[in-house]
Amino acid sequence: MHPILARPARLASYLAGWLVVGALIAGAVSRRGLSVSEAVVFVLPPLLVYAFICLSAWYVCRAVPLRTSGALRVLAACSLAAAVAAGLWFGLALAWVALLESMPGRDGLAEAYGQQTPFLLSVAVLLFLLALAVHYLVLAFEETREADRQRLALQVHARDAELRALRAQLNPHFLYNCLNSIGALTTVDPSGARRMCLMLGEFLRTTLHAGALARIALADELALADRFLSIEQVRFGSRLEIERRIDEAALSARVPPLFLQPLVENAVIHGIASLLDGGIILLDVRRAGGRLVIAIENACDPELLTPMRHGTGLTNVRDRLHALFGSAATMTARAHQGRFRVELNLPLSVDD
Amino acid sequence: MTETPAPLRIAIVDDEALARAVAREYLETMPGVEVVAECANGFEAVKVVAEHRPDLLLLDVQMPKLDGFEVLDLVGRDVAVVFVTAYDQYALRAFEVHAVDYLLKPFSAERLAEALDRARSRLGQSAPPPVRALSVAAHPEQRYASRILVRDGSRVHVLPASRIAYVQAQDDYITISCDGKDYLKEQTLTEAEAALDPAKFVRIHRSFVLNLDCLSRVELDARENRVAVLADGRRLPVSRSGYQRLSSLL
Repeated sequence: MHPILARPARLASYLAGWLVVGALIAGAVSRRGLSVSEAVVFVLPPLLVYAFICLSAWYVCRAVPLRTSGALRVLAACSLAAAVAAGLWFGLALAWVALLESMPGRDGLAEAYGQQTPFLLSVAVLLFLLALAVHYLVLAFEETREADRQRLALQVHARDAELRALRAQLNPHFLYNCLNSIGALTTVDPSGARRMCLMLGEFLRTTLHAGALARIALADELALADRFLSIEQVRFGSRLEIERRIDEAALSARVPPLFLQPLVENAVIHGIASLLDGGIILLDVRRAGGRLVIAIENACDPELLTPMRHGTGLTNVRDRLHALFGSAATMTARAHQGRFRVELNLPLSVDD
Repeated sequence: MTETPAPLRIAIVDDEALARAVAREYLETMPGVEVVAECANGFEAVKVVAEHRPDLLLLDVQMPKLDGFEVLDLVGRDVAVVFVTAYDQYALRAFEVHAVDYLLKPFSAERLAEALDRARSRLGQSAPPPVRALSVAAHPEQRYASRILVRDGSRVHVLPASRIAYVQAQDDYITISCDGKDYLKEQTLTEAEAALDPAKFVRIHRSFVLNLDCLSRVELDARENRVAVLADGRRLPVSRSGYQRLSSLL
């Protein structure tokens, strides 16, 4: 939609500008041998029509954007458009003069007009070029605003992914199941119940603390995953086994807090819990040059891959990595022979 | 003098040993209750229902291989069910499939007693209404069943939908033809049709639902009736409206 035509307020100030221009031209014309009133009648009506013709500059601007078109192309398009518009205006003015002449007492107008032709034509060309300049400005202004809006939307989206990821850390069902286990342990194994309370308390405390930080050491992130898994081991017993392959050189890396948590949780809920005899969860962490590679692998039921692949856990981690690292971080997930493996590859950053 | 009623016979089904322990502990203190079995998964539950005929299952929803809703689909005609889970999002569907009650973990002994009272009054009535086909119930992300479960005494056959050739109506039962074998299930053909993906399975006849992947061609027999010929050579009748549905999909 045309930016000036679309808003009545803009159109009004645009036309007001043209009235001023019209008054100036009428003044100039009157100094060349016409009376002021004659000059006004002579100039203003065709000029107001021309104001609308000049609005078409917008479409020229759109068709030949400054940023992507060559200077020659812009020049040619602008000159051509200005010539066509001025020609159109000249024809209109000619018709207007003929109409005025057919009225009584207006003799000699055509002659006077003929004298003004070079002046009026060059003014028309200049005005159209001015209109082009104004429209290019409006276009640039709107583009900047749109870019701003998109940048803001992107920021909101990134923040959103962050928040969702953090909120997902404390899965209420995990807590309900824990409380249920503790309730059971109170009679069959009171010291086990106390141990579980301590583990859960520790897990909650570190989770809440880490969630408030921008980055934590990978060692701490892995310790948190360990706490979570030891709690789940109380629930699942021998069904849940854990294997670690940790490269010591990677432990000092700084990572976003709790970013492994949804993956570990996924591995338990959609992997181990779906198997009658459970299985192994493997944490595989290594440093590869300037990159940090973290893989979480779990046994899974090949029939139940859909929830594993498309769970909100994976989506949240992917969104969050994208928000934090852009295309510098990748996440791949694949299933192979009863194992499901998620691998993260991100730039390594170490504290000085 | 009041007569002592027969005890309520209960089986506890949960894949977590500690969760089973809580339920057992509560139940042991309650009068008129007998725990006949503990099961760690859905297959065991189906077996226990066939062998011990309990009155009530305390049934976890999220279990490996067979979830609570699938167990209910298989044995719901023979036993009342109280779901026990940490997740509240299945509550609505639980009542749609006529579960007696829905307990959220952790739950109290009083809440469990309340559920048992409901079960007792339900058992006093006539048999519970038949259960709809619900193997999709616990998987909201998939609209159609990826598999159909069939109970054969204490055993459970898992039939992947992609390997089912056709389903045939037989009075109150259906026969499911899968990998060349026939399986009998207590369900109507309309229920089975509703559970299966309509892009793959089409009702070609009042008594037949056919898997399109298994169709080889349609031909006319001697009496000008249309017949679907399967990839393995078997022939099924096609009705006029069945042929219209078939052509619209092909």
